[in-house]
Amino acid sequence: MTGRISLKLLSCILAVGVAGCASFYEIPIETPIAAKLDVSAFQRVFIAGFIAGGTDDVDGNLETVRLLRSQLRMKSSLRVIDADVLPLMDVAAGRGPEGQAAGPSAEPAQTPAEPSEIKNEKDLQPYEHIFADADYWKRIGEEFQNPLIVTGTVLFTPHSQSGMVQREREVFDRLGRRYIEPVREYMERKGFILQEKFIFIDGRSGAQIYSEALREERLYNQNDNTPALSSYFELMDEIIPRFLSTLSTQRVRGSRVLIK
Amino acid sequence: MPMRLLSVVVLLTAFAGVAHADARADARAQVEFGISVAQRGLWKEAIYRWERATQIDPTYAAGFNNLAVAYEHEGMLDKAAEAYERALKLEPDNALVRQNFELFKEIHDRTNQSQTP
Repeated sequence: MTGRISLKLLSCILAVGVAGCASFYEIPIETPIAAKLDVSAFQRVFIAGFIAGGTDDVDGNLETVRLLRSQLRMKSSLRVIDADVLPLMDVAAGRGPEGQAAGPSAEPAQTPAEPSEIKNEKDLQPYEHIFADADYWKRIGEEFQNPLIVTGTVLFTPHSQSGMVQREREVFDRLGRRYIEPVREYMERKGFILQEKFIFIDGRSGAQIYSEALREERLYNQNDNTPALSSYFELMDEIIPRFLSTLSTQRVRGSRVLIK
Repeated sequence: MPMRLLSVVVLLTAFAGVAHADARADARAQVEFGISVAQRGLWKEAIYRWERATQIDPTYAAGFNNLAVAYEHEGMLDKAAEAYERALKLEPDNALVRQNFELFKEIHDRTNQSQTP
């Protein structure tokens, strides 16, 4: 995006510069974007775990917890609690919509009422009551000295799509000169969709304070055979900056023009 | 009598023109100094200079444009939007101001995109 912006700016400067009617100076700036959530009341953050589903090739719960914790350690002033990931699916199955069952460390119920496999958004619904269970989260908060708790859902599903796609093709003319030309062709592509819903819970009260749903998808050529885990990390690369901007101030680099 | 009145009007107009030129020259000096300090990273000083420039000559679009850039750099996004709008009102066809404002809006809009329960 920075490249696109620089190109726009450059073309604009050239246009005006050619006209020779202004004195201007391009200057780099860093725009601070305030965090969406005021986390000044918290010193610690606990990435508790996620209700995860989709492909079996990636453990969306463990991978997301691990990745978010490592990112927060590097890019946030909050202390990251390194504790076992909560088995939220089992907890949700054990507690039911009224939150009537045992405490946070309770053993999962033997016969969960919810479906055991999550393949789509609808399958997530029977578990989502756990996020509104303030009593449960308050007890988790007490256990970890009232941190900010991050939880939510992760759905990482395979996806395929066929249709006309424009791509660039390398062509050589009779003199051996290379050039690129756009071609439209029918392609069958496959890839993955990553849908994450981050829920932020106040560990002091157990109440939800913010939530954000993010979605990214990536398609690859049918013959690429991109592993699910690689695709997951590619998609998380897009999602993580938006997650971090909820908790901490981010600086967006760019350039502007000062004029006389 | 009409001749006297005409002379007064001509004199007043000439004086206003000179006064405006003086104001523009003073504002321009502030703007230039602001640019030199901003280039050294002294954005707070630059803001002071460009605020002075826009007070001295409230019709000087460059002053508002530069002020907007500085506000943006300091994270004062509402003030930046106001200053860009003011600059564009003064010079609607200024491509540089418009470009700066478009880039600013891109960031501003992105920060306002969120989904809450």
